[in-house]
Amino acid sequence: MRLLAGGILLAAAAVAVAAPQGRVVNDAAIAGAGFPATLDAFGFFTNAATQRPAAGVTPYRIQTPLWSDGAEKLRFVYLPAGTKAKAQGDGLLDLPVGSALIKTFKLEGRLTETRVLLHRAEGWVALPYQWNREQTEARLALAGARLELKTPQGQAISYAIPNKNQCKECHQQQDAVVPIGPKARNLSLAWLTSFYKAGKLDAVPQVSARVPLWEDRAKLAAAPVARGWLDSNCAHCHNPAGSASNSGLDLRWEQSDPIALGINKRPVAAGRGSGGFEFDVVPGHPDKSIMVYRMGSLEGGISMPEVGRASVDPDGMVAVTKWIEEMKR
Amino acid sequence: MPATLIAAATALALAAPAYAKVIPVPAGENAQARLQEALILAAPGDVVELGAGRFVLTDGLSLDVKGVTVRGAGMDATVLDFSGQKGAGEGLLVTSDEVTLRDFAVENTKGDGIKSKGADNIVYYRVRVTWTGGPKTTNGAYGIYPVSSTGVLVDGCKVSGASDAGIYVGQSKAITVRYNFVENNVAGIEIENSRDALVADNFVTRNTGGILVFDLPNLPVMGGGNVRITGNLVIANDTPNFAPKGNIVAGVPRGTGLMVMANEGVVIERNKVIDNPTAAVMVVAYPNAFSDTKYNPLPRRVFLGTNDLLRGGNDPQLPGGDQLKAAFGGALPPVMWDGLGDGPIASGNVIEFGWTLNLPRQGAGFDQAKPARFQLPQHQPTYIVPQPGQKIERSEPSPNPGAPAALDVRARP
Repeated sequence: MRLLAGGILLAAAAVAVAAPQGRVVNDAAIAGAGFPATLDAFGFFTNAATQRPAAGVTPYRIQTPLWSDGAEKLRFVYLPAGTKAKAQGDGLLDLPVGSALIKTFKLEGRLTETRVLLHRAEGWVALPYQWNREQTEARLALAGARLELKTPQGQAISYAIPNKNQCKECHQQQDAVVPIGPKARNLSLAWLTSFYKAGKLDAVPQVSARVPLWEDRAKLAAAPVARGWLDSNCAHCHNPAGSASNSGLDLRWEQSDPIALGINKRPVAAGRGSGGFEFDVVPGHPDKSIMVYRMGSLEGGISMPEVGRASVDPDGMVAVTKWIEEMKR
Repeated sequence: MPATLIAAATALALAAPAYAKVIPVPAGENAQARLQEALILAAPGDVVELGAGRFVLTDGLSLDVKGVTVRGAGMDATVLDFSGQKGAGEGLLVTSDEVTLRDFAVENTKGDGIKSKGADNIVYYRVRVTWTGGPKTTNGAYGIYPVSSTGVLVDGCKVSGASDAGIYVGQSKAITVRYNFVENNVAGIEIENSRDALVADNFVTRNTGGILVFDLPNLPVMGGGNVRITGNLVIANDTPNFAPKGNIVAGVPRGTGLMVMANEGVVIERNKVIDNPTAAVMVVAYPNAFSDTKYNPLPRRVFLGTNDLLRGGNDPQLPGGDQLKAAFGGALPPVMWDGLGDGPIASGNVIEFGWTLNLPRQGAGFDQAKPARFQLPQHQPTYIVPQPGQKIERSEPSPNPGAPAALDVRARP
């Protein structure tokens, strides 16, 4: 019975932030307390089924995205009227309190889930919303969910919608929840410029080294392609302030120390994730590298990333394998 | 959360007092969502009370709310069953401070059993973690796995089947591991890259190695030391090593009682270390090549007080073990040193005999060993109680390492 008492926050929030009839983003739902029960409460879309954004909600893409079982991902950023994001060099755009990041996942031609990151006065809050079969409503899925789906390649998977805590596992730096995707280095110059011209960004950030556009990978050298993939798929945990800090593995784009990148680095807590191999990355030997072994596994306790995928990213495997193959032995 | 739940919650909450509450979660249908939701919606100070029975879980669980107690009906009555787990690196992950986990069991997780990371002042009390198929390479790595935390108490727990360490405390400080029963793991208890640890009064048997105190390079926290190992029963750790290759414990010889590697200020006293066929006590340097300039691979200031080191070394799993055994008259002396760093020091009433590999340098292989008998030098540690602002010599142990006393109260009020 008392379990239900915990629902008060939810219930209160759902009442307080009931969406207005017009399609204006509901600032109170973003910045207020509680967890709105439906995605509709935020008013991010004029037509949710087609993902047509409301005024002030801007679509964007990132250069090299996180693999999510081949799901098509639609990303949006919302800034409250009259506010601006601040450029911070290569790093994350500094989005003001009241902002939101919205990411909708689409598989089998249907919307499966929409994840939102809300910038509140006390920090960022991450919430997952699950779409119904009829595509009319997305409801809060605090505890996550599993869906039996097929990838675009036709592979049957048990697709996982992350629970609220799992959202944080990837989004935390020290004790704070932070966005991952919208770093200037992972956004195109064209998009940053248009965002600036729309008055939503204080300056076009000077990016010293931009992550390659994933679609260009066949034309580019192996290292930047692989490092861009590792940055987007691994580095949110594998960095000195992330969930996997204790591994000592740091896969961020800006890292240059070979040991930190796993090259001839022994694992610390890999368990059977080692696959019987001694080093994370063995130059010239992807087949002896723990990194490739774990990327290629689908088994709990072995597969990496630990959450957020139920299938292997074939193109990511090619990119990382090629990078390791080309390393000097 | 279904609308009916929300409506009911609102009605109830209006009447609910503003203090910590007990949130009952019975076993049964839909356990994954109900339990995970309770762990998310708990407020600081709340008790999530797991009913008796088997919770059939499909994914990892996690707790990220400070000051929550998760309490079951007993380590044999409440079982979180992860046999059908599909995702996540562990059964239960705790990432908030001041959490108490007690009186329940976790079985057959795909990865680690219970992990707590950056979770200060955590208490594990009478928790059981078991891989029910016995020792297997395919079992998860660690049973109870606190890491990157200050203030850790693991008390009265039972772990078996871990393919790395049953109880593993890593990159942490102010640690007490006591009154636990660890059996059939590769390492029974491992304290790694950690400081100020007390490992006391545990029953450690049928593991590959009993109690390990390690420091490894290339990690964010290094410089392990100030560890007291006391009052433990370390009996017949003779299970063949089943760790997956590539992990440091895969190199631990079957039959190792206590092993200290690359640590400083370790006191070993009042233990009964019996029937461990390779060595009762092993004091060694980190054996692999490394390039981390901040890392010290050598053991320093390791004190052996009065212990019962009995009937070991009679079936050593070492290169040339049989010849060595014969050369030493049928069994190896109880204390083995690799000859690097400070040798172990005798500080008790019994003068232990040892033998040394006499390795010429860190990283040298067994083929370069020149084994010989070794008489432990005898003197007492200079216990140092640091005064505020005083810079102390790090290599000496302190008299009373361990978790803050406040954690005892949470385990044994």
